[in-house]
Amino acid sequence: MTEMYPVLTDNISRRNRTNIRFRYLVIAGSVITVIPIFLIVGNLAVKGFRQINLAFFTKPAPDTFQAMMAASSGEIIPGGIANGLTGSLLMVVLASLFAIPLGLMTGIYIYENSSLKYARFIRNLTEILQGVPSIILGIIAYIWIVKNITRGYSALAGSVSLAIMMLPLIIRSTEETMRMIPVSIREAAFALGTPYYKMIYKILIPVSFSGLATGVLLALSRILGETAPLMLTALGSPAISLDVTRPVSAVPLLIWDFYNDPNMVSLVWSASLFLMVFVLSMNLLARSVASKHKYI
Amino acid sequence: MNNTPQSNNVLEIRDLSIAYEPGKNAVNGVTASVKRNSITAIMGPSGCGKSTLLRAMNRMHELYPNIRTKGDILLDGQSIFSMSVIELRRKVGMVFQRPNPFPNMTIYENVVAGFSLNDIRLKKSQRDEIVENALRNVTLWDEVKESLYRKGTFLSGGQQQRLCVARAIAFNPEVLLLDEPTSALDPIATSKIEDLLGELKKKYTLVLVTHNMSQAARISDDSMFMYLGELVESGRTGTLFTTPKDPRTEAYLTGKFG
Amino acid sequence: MSGDRVTKVLLFISSLTILLLSAGIVISLFGGALPAFREFGFRFIISSAWNPTAGSEEYGAMSFIAGTVITSILALIICIPMAFSTSLFIAEYYNGTRTSGILRSLVDLLAGIPSIVYGFWGFYALRPLMVATGLTDQGFGVFTASLVLAIMIVPYATSLSAEIISMVPAELKEAAYSLGATRREVIFSVVIPSARSGIIASFILALGRALGETMAVTMLIGNANVIPKGLFAPGNTMASVIANQFGEASGLKMSALIAIGLLLFLITALVNYLGKLIIKRFA
Repeated sequence: MTEMYPVLTDNISRRNRTNIRFRYLVIAGSVITVIPIFLIVGNLAVKGFRQINLAFFTKPAPDTFQAMMAASSGEIIPGGIANGLTGSLLMVVLASLFAIPLGLMTGIYIYENSSLKYARFIRNLTEILQGVPSIILGIIAYIWIVKNITRGYSALAGSVSLAIMMLPLIIRSTEETMRMIPVSIREAAFALGTPYYKMIYKILIPVSFSGLATGVLLALSRILGETAPLMLTALGSPAISLDVTRPVSAVPLLIWDFYNDPNMVSLVWSASLFLMVFVLSMNLLARSVASKHKYI
Repeated sequence: MNNTPQSNNVLEIRDLSIAYEPGKNAVNGVTASVKRNSITAIMGPSGCGKSTLLRAMNRMHELYPNIRTKGDILLDGQSIFSMSVIELRRKVGMVFQRPNPFPNMTIYENVVAGFSLNDIRLKKSQRDEIVENALRNVTLWDEVKESLYRKGTFLSGGQQQRLCVARAIAFNPEVLLLDEPTSALDPIATSKIEDLLGELKKKYTLVLVTHNMSQAARISDDSMFMYLGELVESGRTGTLFTTPKDPRTEAYLTGKFG
Repeated sequence: MSGDRVTKVLLFISSLTILLLSAGIVISLFGGALPAFREFGFRFIISSAWNPTAGSEEYGAMSFIAGTVITSILALIICIPMAFSTSLFIAEYYNGTRTSGILRSLVDLLAGIPSIVYGFWGFYALRPLMVATGLTDQGFGVFTASLVLAIMIVPYATSLSAEIISMVPAELKEAAYSLGATRREVIFSVVIPSARSGIIASFILALGRALGETMAVTMLIGNANVIPKGLFAPGNTMASVIANQFGEASGLKMSALIAIGLLLFLITALVNYLGKLIIKRFA
């Protein structure tokens, strides 16, 4: 058996070398990609640790004079992010009250009626809404609430912008979770004579609960870190209050305030560290919920 | 298998053992030879190691990172583990169970894919000749000569498989390995491929894994029966089928398991 | 049976919220932007003027459109090699191994870090580096912002690409291997052509993400309301000018900012739509 055509066998070593070199390139590129995580987390942990104490969580933000005094004498700045914590909590709870039930129901609607053109249209709108930059939602909440309803910056406006952000996330994750439920489970329920609405409340939702919970947790972790829309709606405030018609602070807003004030440098690091750890923990929590409850 | 002169054995397998995980041999101490210009069938129930053995012959089993191999396989007297794997695969081609022409290439490009993948520059006239020869050899030329520059996805299953054979023989390999080549095809396409194999063995040496005993009986010259990783029995197909020496072979052939 | 009716009606009504929200957003944006367009016409889009002095106010969106487009595209260019190699690592070279799982989680962590933290880290850690290179005197500018933006969008490009790459059928790769191709050759001749549309779609979606990014860019781009004069010069993006100036704006200026918001909304929607279209055609 002779070769029909002259075949170059001397390119084999070159090809093998290119092969090995490419693999190293891929590994190098991947390492470079993840280095920033270590840099960021490391930097934050080292520089932010100082200010984290009990007062950090229980005291509101200091004013710039107090901060300057502390900074010049090398002491820990008095005060903390309590006003930001309460503000964030207030707005997130409000936003969830609106977004979670509506998101769940809309997600179920889309799933149950996926053959209708209207449902597919709603689905497309949801995807478009999800891609809207958060600052534009801030503009919208400003126009709707700040200008027309509360006549001024307010926690309500902030929560509205956050709610609009959460809604598409929850709708998408609800629909995707529902789609993973085997059709046979629904059919078994119907075969036993279950009415439609009972099937939804007693079978569909409980079976998909962990998936739904994951979606909610991920949506929450997303909005907890959002700053831009709040700059246009909640504005920020030194007070700890539950009044939704007045401006309120939030952890990311505090970071923005601190950032703009050179005296507050160490507080920025700590607040950032706290925010990042909190958001990432929620992320990890969401993931572990998702992986622990996988049904067939 | 025992009285033939050495140079007539294209492939010699010497005490080959292959394990996917330590301690569990998928192929256990197999020693056998494959004669030139013949069809050798490897049969056995699922999980007996026949595919692993076949894939070892062009070192495709090495795609599994944790694989352990002991023993040797000689191609024309040279150990396949001592030569470059690229060179080996030019001499030993493979056809797979499900037809897998490259969907992003035309029929023409598929046939010469081996050359382009290996960065081998050919003149257009050389390529045209290779394509026509290979397609004629698989009796596909007349059916596709008008549509050489279309992507192969419109072809039927049987035609796609013949295209894959053409792609494999474009290199003029010594050995052609076939891993259950007709199990995804309908009976008519199957019999066309079987006829093709009968023709191809005049130029090449074929090793065929099949789970279809009657196919082995129909077309192969020699047969190997494997069970649980071991080569239980091998010999001329006619002899093996009519007078099997091992009771396990007999049990398999009479349908007691498999 | 009435329980069924009630449920079905409830579900339908909740679907209307999306409809109302979308319509409301579009209407409010157009409404808010109208004064600016009435005053400046379509010149608004191509003008790079930005003069808030009372009496001779003139506004134009071009500086910010330029800033947005330049930073986003630059970020995408920087992101492509990183995302490409990482997705090959995860989905091809180390597919299915624990290493790949770890890398995947690390990349997902990148996505979880809030934008303001990126901006702040960029300010304190990256900016001094940029100053040290001498290419910029204060460290702010298009390049710094694009660099951080690139890091932020890598997870989006990577996860979708990796998924598409892992879906390339094994038998196609085996056919190429059996013909003697090396791993790199299999990747370039079989895997990438197979996954091409999906990979492109993932980059387009990452671009969409970059277009709307606000905080990190605001903190790093230097807040100059002009078309950036160079790669290391300061500028502003559509998102960052709104973040910087909306709080104190009123009247015509606010309308101009809302108009910029409208333009950003349209551009982002278009890019995202394009990406989804490619995915649908591919799948």
